[in-house]
Amino acid sequence: MEHSVIEATKAVVTLDVALPGIIWGWMITLNMWAKSIGTGVILIGAFLLYRHKKEDLVGLRWKMPLISFIFLNIFLLFTLLDLHQPLRMINIFIHPHWTSAITVGAWMASLFTGLVTLMLAIGFLDAHPDTARHSGIAKSIRKISSSYEKIFPFVVFLALPVTMYTAIIMAESSARELWAAPAELIQMLLAAFMVGSASLIFISEKWSVEARKDLTLILALSVFFSFLMYMGEYFFSFKSEEIEATIAYVHSGGSYNLQFWSAMALGYIIPFFIAMGSLKDENRTLMKFAALTTLIGLYLAKSTWLEIPQMIPLS
Amino acid sequence: MKLGFLVDLSLCMGCKGCEVACKVENEVPLSSWRLRVKYIDVGTFPDTSRNFTPLRCNHCENAPCERICPVSALHYLPNGIVNVDNSRCIGCAGCMMACPYGAIYMDPETNTADKCTYCAHRIEGGLMPACVVACPVEANIFGDIEDETSHISRYIMEHQGNVQVRKPEKHTNPKHFYVGGGNQTLNPLAHERIEGYGLFNNITHLDTLGDPHHSILDRFTGPIFGHKHLDNKSFIDMPNDDNHESHEEGGH
Repeated sequence: MEHSVIEATKAVVTLDVALPGIIWGWMITLNMWAKSIGTGVILIGAFLLYRHKKEDLVGLRWKMPLISFIFLNIFLLFTLLDLHQPLRMINIFIHPHWTSAITVGAWMASLFTGLVTLMLAIGFLDAHPDTARHSGIAKSIRKISSSYEKIFPFVVFLALPVTMYTAIIMAESSARELWAAPAELIQMLLAAFMVGSASLIFISEKWSVEARKDLTLILALSVFFSFLMYMGEYFFSFKSEEIEATIAYVHSGGSYNLQFWSAMALGYIIPFFIAMGSLKDENRTLMKFAALTTLIGLYLAKSTWLEIPQMIPLS
Repeated sequence: MKLGFLVDLSLCMGCKGCEVACKVENEVPLSSWRLRVKYIDVGTFPDTSRNFTPLRCNHCENAPCERICPVSALHYLPNGIVNVDNSRCIGCAGCMMACPYGAIYMDPETNTADKCTYCAHRIEGGLMPACVVACPVEANIFGDIEDETSHISRYIMEHQGNVQVRKPEKHTNPKHFYVGGGNQTLNPLAHERIEGYGLFNNITHLDTLGDPHHSILDRFTGPIFGHKHLDNKSFIDMPNDDNHESHEEGGH
């Protein structure tokens, strides 16, 4: 039995039930992280295609939907695995409840993944004309090759709400005040820009210098503004009692403190300085390192921000 | 008709009769609670007092759980009750994230969300909720708050100025009221959970909710990595000494 003096004004819980711990854990973190990559590469890819010639962006037409396809499927897989009744996921489509951001998000993400899959098929077959020459499906897809450019604007338009709808789910989570809608919306968008540019850095070896410079600049700006928002929330969130109690899990040291600052260093501070340096004097190896730390840092930051609000007692 | 609940905390003596009645009536599994009575001690010895706060779903008029539920498993009944349809629930736990009162749990047997329904099945048959019947001091008052002549409406009128709801700032418009409560009993951030001060057991954080092996991934990895010892049997095996490792985080 621990002995300590309790202040006269304090109240102490002397009997209660066990409190639930982390309900949305690493699978939801992975879900958000993978979705940011899946949508981010489309958004950044679209920007690069708008700014530069296709010839300057070798392979982007099929590699962009390929990266997006892989990470969107990781996102969808872990969304499903995290459900306590995964086989009932179908209920979202046959009994949709449209006030729920989960429902709206599931519909949009499914449509988005379908369109990205089509873009991948067209892009890949166009880039590899000798592949599956005699396949009936491949022939049909090659016939609609021009659809790629028609679908693309819709995919880019859809990428924005697919990126941000998780912020609305968090905003609908009334019990967790830390997840405020305006801040999370912007953070989700910046996260997509961060990891979208970071992922594309790995395939930019043969691109023009200007295109790589654009990627570097996007990475630097997105990590800078995202870092600024985290710092704002970390240092100046004293308006709400609940947010203060939540942030205390990071302020007071311990594993969440370590995780948060590791995330800030890896995901934001290191890539920012490397990117700024690379804008003046390009260093491709260092930029790949910055891209890697960005991906790791964002996962850690998302994990911290997802878990700490679940630690406070609600009743 | 809008059904509401009122607990007079000045009458409640913490007997937990309501808690037990609820468990039995609704067959609530081990480690889960639809209704619980929390003990809170205030003051320093010898000037101390013990307060009892029964906690259950608030059946909010603007229920965040109903809004976030992607499949309408949580839905309103015409009498104002926020009901659960377990057969539709997909187990996303969105409602658990949304409920500001922590009133929803994941049933470890059905792997679906569940909570207090004001014993909707009993009300349909013209009976009072089980907790109301069990209360020996009639601290639980239940009825139609839209009917000015009902017991609950008259009780609210008689105690004007002393009727509170939990977390009114959340704009959930709860239909569960307390008489004789205060910040220290109704605000979870106003009291501490100090390790070692558990009266009958250590207050712990559960590592996970309900069935810890709920996911498909866990079912694949379980045979390889082994499941954590968190089934109901673990409550029997739990060492009852000071060295027992607790997950309680002090000072919140």
